[in-house]
Amino acid sequence: MPASERPEPDAGTGAPPRPGRPRGIRPARSTAAARRGRMPAALVVVAILALAVLMLPLVALVVRAPWADLPALVTSAPVLEALRLSLVTATIATVVCLALGVPLAVLLAHSADAPAPLRRLLRAAVTVPLLLPPVVGGIALLLLLGRRGLIGGWLAETWGVTIPFTTGAVVIAQVFVSMPFLVFAVEGALSGADRRVEQAAATLGASRWQVFRHVTLPLVAPGVAAGAVLCFTRALGEFGATITFAGSLPGVTRTLPVASYLALQSDPDEAIAIALLLLAVAVAVLLLLRDRWVPGVRA
Amino acid sequence: MNGDGCLAGTFTARRGDLAVAIDLDVAPGRTLALFGPNGAGKSTVLAAIAGLLPLEAGRLRLGDRVLADASSGRVLAPEARRVGVVFQDYLLFGHLTVRDNVAFASRMAGASRRASREAADRWLERVGAGGLAARHPLALSGGQQQRVAVARALAAEPDVLLLDEPLSALDVEVRVDLRRELADHVRGFAGPTILVTHSLADAAIADEVAVLEQGVVTQRGTLDDLRRAPATPYVERLVHAAA
Repeated sequence: MPASERPEPDAGTGAPPRPGRPRGIRPARSTAAARRGRMPAALVVVAILALAVLMLPLVALVVRAPWADLPALVTSAPVLEALRLSLVTATIATVVCLALGVPLAVLLAHSADAPAPLRRLLRAAVTVPLLLPPVVGGIALLLLLGRRGLIGGWLAETWGVTIPFTTGAVVIAQVFVSMPFLVFAVEGALSGADRRVEQAAATLGASRWQVFRHVTLPLVAPGVAAGAVLCFTRALGEFGATITFAGSLPGVTRTLPVASYLALQSDPDEAIAIALLLLAVAVAVLLLLRDRWVPGVRA
Repeated sequence: MNGDGCLAGTFTARRGDLAVAIDLDVAPGRTLALFGPNGAGKSTVLAAIAGLLPLEAGRLRLGDRVLADASSGRVLAPEARRVGVVFQDYLLFGHLTVRDNVAFASRMAGASRRASREAADRWLERVGAGGLAARHPLALSGGQQQRVAVARALAAEPDVLLLDEPLSALDVEVRVDLRRELADHVRGFAGPTILVTHSLADAAIADEVAVLEQGVVTQRGTLDDLRRAPATPYVERLVHAAA
């Protein structure tokens, strides 16, 4: 907690003049539009093309959806089974991410005082799962927790526990891919907050744990909430690591994305219906977060 | 309170490039004003006393309790010092009501929510902010926030009171009234008080003034001493400006 960064007021009196607007020619009005400047027409065209790349697939999904059969499709037994499994596993994964990820975010925020190599290592450890293809995560999880894995062998021999291809494996895969979202959301909120209130709390007799519990957590609560929502959404959509590490057993590991992929071979309408369901969740999350929290999330 | 209750010590504390060396001895019921220009290291001294900044050298005690000793490495954590601080920008808790801000210390010490809130209401009455209890602190005016910050610090029943430019963020109109009120609170406080300020008018609250310039104490005495015989151009300039 850098007490040293506490600013003195009017420290600028002895400082060199701020580099600002040129003294001679000034814009007539300082409207928001004037500050943004004018955009070349070519950029506008390319930007619209980019928008099309992002939106057209979703438009196709909505246009080609079997709207008439939709109620029957999304309430069919296999879809409901996959939906239930997805909701349960993503919820558990989010709770696990909260329990593990918030302390990690605090550690990351405190690592500002640590030596640079350690700090970079810590940050890389959180970032890599974010950049990794989820399938690679699934293979890595197999090598750790599989029957002959680094820990999995010992778990099987000593305790008779096998993790792969269980509902537990689905949760682990989801935690692996979604925790970085939570960690970076909370860390972003921490670094954006005025942490000096923690010092104020300490002078009022609050122990480190009390400061964390009664000041720091409420301070970053919006970041924690935003992180949890992103985390849940990512867990709900998890496919690559899940199918690699947990497989596709109906009712056990066949989550919505896995079910959708498999249905594409046998019953495309069902696949589209599930895809719409997942799209609806994404839109709901967007509406929930709006602009309030997303800009603060550095993921 | 143990021993003589004096806040005493000779120490150096560093923040950034500026090392501040100071020699303190403030008796219970007495108030020292740390007076000087911005960037002289006044807040650094307060941070060191509150335990928010380590001592680079030297020692600090409160009565017979060692707060920090750089040579032996003994350091008392801020939460164990019983040093109350009114911060320059108050640092009220935005997620709590005014009442719960003032009840915070009592809650952390393990008192019940009800008892803490009742005590908080009494403190708020005492600082003239009784009507603000249910309000959100960050929606208050500067003067109101200042009153709440004073109540919050005093409600913790500290052994030492530190005031960091408690009036500097306020408008001129409210400043005079609040200075008088603050002087009353300081007089009513039993322990040693240190007031940081860059205003001679605010320094009048104190019994003694220490002028801090560039991390060094350049003059010590009463406000009258300073007025009679300013020891540095800085003090002289301010005395003349005020006259």
